[in-house]
Amino acid sequence: MIQMTGAELILRLLERQGIRTVAGIPGGAILPLYDALSNSKLIRHVLARHEQGAGFIAQGMARVSGRPEVCFASSGPGATNLVTAIADAHLDSIPMVAITGQVPLSMIGTDAFQEADIYGMTVPVTKHNFLVRSAAELLEVIPDAFRLAMSGRPGPVLIDIPKDVQTQVVSFDAFPLPAIPDAAPASDPDAIEEAARLINAAERPVLYVGGGVIHSGAAQQIVMLAERAGLPTTMTLMALGVMPIDHPLSLGMLGMHGARYTNFILEESDLLICVGARFDDRAIGKAAQFCPRAKIVHIDIDPSELHKIRNAHVAINGDVGVVLDALLPRVNIRLRKRWLSHVGSLKSRFPLHMPRLEDPRSPYGLVQAVACAVSDEAVVTTDVGQHQMWVAQAYPFRRPRQWLTSGGFGTMGFGLPVAVGAALAAPARTVICFTGDGSFKMNIQELATLAEEGLNVKIVLMNNNSLGLVYQQQSLFYGKRVFASKYQGAPDFLKIAGGFGIDGVDLDTARNPRAALAQALNAPGPCLIHASIDREEFVYPMVPPGGANTEMIGG
Amino acid sequence: MIEQVAEPLQQSGFAKVVLELEVNNHPGVMSHICNLFARRAFNVEGILCMPLSDPRRSRIWLLVFEDQRLEQMVLQVEKLVDVLSVRRHGAEHEVFERLEKFFY
Ligand SMILES: Cc1ncc(C[n+]2csc(CCOP(=O)(O)OP(=O)(O)O)c2C)c(N)n1
Ligand SMILES: [Mg+2]
Repeated sequence: MIQMTGAELILRLLERQGIRTVAGIPGGAILPLYDALSNSKLIRHVLARHEQGAGFIAQGMARVSGRPEVCFASSGPGATNLVTAIADAHLDSIPMVAITGQVPLSMIGTDAFQEADIYGMTVPVTKHNFLVRSAAELLEVIPDAFRLAMSGRPGPVLIDIPKDVQTQVVSFDAFPLPAIPDAAPASDPDAIEEAARLINAAERPVLYVGGGVIHSGAAQQIVMLAERAGLPTTMTLMALGVMPIDHPLSLGMLGMHGARYTNFILEESDLLICVGARFDDRAIGKAAQFCPRAKIVHIDIDPSELHKIRNAHVAINGDVGVVLDALLPRVNIRLRKRWLSHVGSLKSRFPLHMPRLEDPRSPYGLVQAVACAVSDEAVVTTDVGQHQMWVAQAYPFRRPRQWLTSGGFGTMGFGLPVAVGAALAAPARTVICFTGDGSFKMNIQELATLAEEGLNVKIVLMNNNSLGLVYQQQSLFYGKRVFASKYQGAPDFLKIAGGFGIDGVDLDTARNPRAALAQALNAPGPCLIHASIDREEFVYPMVPPGGANTEMIGG
Repeated sequence: MIEQVAEPLQQSGFAKVVLELEVNNHPGVMSHICNLFARRAFNVEGILCMPLSDPRRSRIWLLVFEDQRLEQMVLQVEKLVDVLSVRRHGAEHEVFERLEKFFY
């Protein structure tokens, strides 16, 4: 017979699950768990400065490792502060287990101090959530939470644990086995056969891949399929890195800020093979006008994605890696000279324009200069705004999990804590966080966490002293009525970083910005690299909101 | 219970459907299901829930309109962890008809 408190049991189960780092912030309702954590020999705690930071640190670890990672928060405001990071994980299908303290069971529903119904609040933003009512339940709930987070389409799971459940003593015979993912659903062999037939018969096919390919670990199969069947391949924002950008079959990113040629090629396709993507509005523009002449093959682990936005001619429910393995031998080797040479000519007629690429003080030039100074082993995170789109367009992504960005939720404040998490999960890699001056201020307190941990995170701040993407939209679509998007004051970010104990480099004043940049990126430890960006620099091309992908402006 | 959080689609004129759900019986299950319908502005016309002979399970009956979103709605309901099965019946199913005499 084994006997321990609920808090100790949680810790043992996390240890047995292989968790080695937990990010969080303590408070009254989770103190029993923190007390148990202080005795753990296996799990290290990283003290965040805001619970949203803790949630994003866990996300950063999970986005790099591909397995569920954990964050802790106390009840009430601690728990509500986590919600944005959980919702962000939900939309990008990131496996994560959030554990919150709750007021004691007997006080639930009494408006007790720091009571919030975090269970009720997180129903729509989690894959599943639990409110634990006894310590014995933990034996099932903790492994279940991990199993759910990593099975099928991954996602966040929240476990709300009242304080008295943490202190309750529980006896049991044996620890449950650590969770493993459920087996993927068996795919319909006839549908796979039919998909192969459509691919073999198509004249102008395009492969359209999404983040599901990264979650499934199927990037290699995608490249093999594309090469075998001669498929030009476009990636969603979430899928950048699945196919190296300089691969001859790569069409880069599609959608709102994709290259013109990419959207034009999609327009002409007669078969769209969508793998682990979900026809998001930013990727496909006006749904009815996306690939109007194409038949659709759609492969996804989540059956509710099939036929959701566009009806598929062949829909295959299954793990994309497993389905691709079955599909590959059925697909004919094709050179597709005619289609690929047409694709090539569209590519050269309507390329992505990246003005002033040679100037490291311009948006594209800076992104390119950073990429030149580090290897493909580096991890890149971003915040949300123009800078995010410039990086998505110009950074040469060449491997899965190299690129971590807030795709579905578009959360400003994502970049820095996710970079911290990425560096914790992959200490040997350089982590670059491209941020904007607006986003940076949303989780700037995590500079303290970064400094304390001394991680190899380089923050590249593209400072236009404005909410640039908002300024761009107002300038283009609201009759130049610029409102609430330009800052009046201009904080000295280098001084702020210095105040947190982080060194900085100002590219504005550097005599040789390229050399200063390379030096800063290659010195160990954290660093802030500051670069002013002209507010009038806009992201092009752009599909106007609500427009079809072929109606791009600029670029 | 069901709040309208978005403009609901015009539903009159659509046929009615009865959904029969078998679910785990614990306090959070109803909130997961109702939340799902509410945030998609999918009106639930009728709802009935009773525990089964196995007290760990309940059966929920939902009366809904068969508009073009129903297919997606059912797929979403099936994704809920506490929902063990979903079956569809036509409006002729008598569970709500028999219930009507308690209302009128
Ligand atoms: C938390 C949050 N609030 C508001 C927005 C809306 N929004 C999108 S981009 C943007 C401006 C971002 O400014 P900055 O980080 O400076 O990036 P820039 O566009 O200037 O490169 C805003 C306000 C958002 N995405 N996230
Ligand atoms: Mg800005």
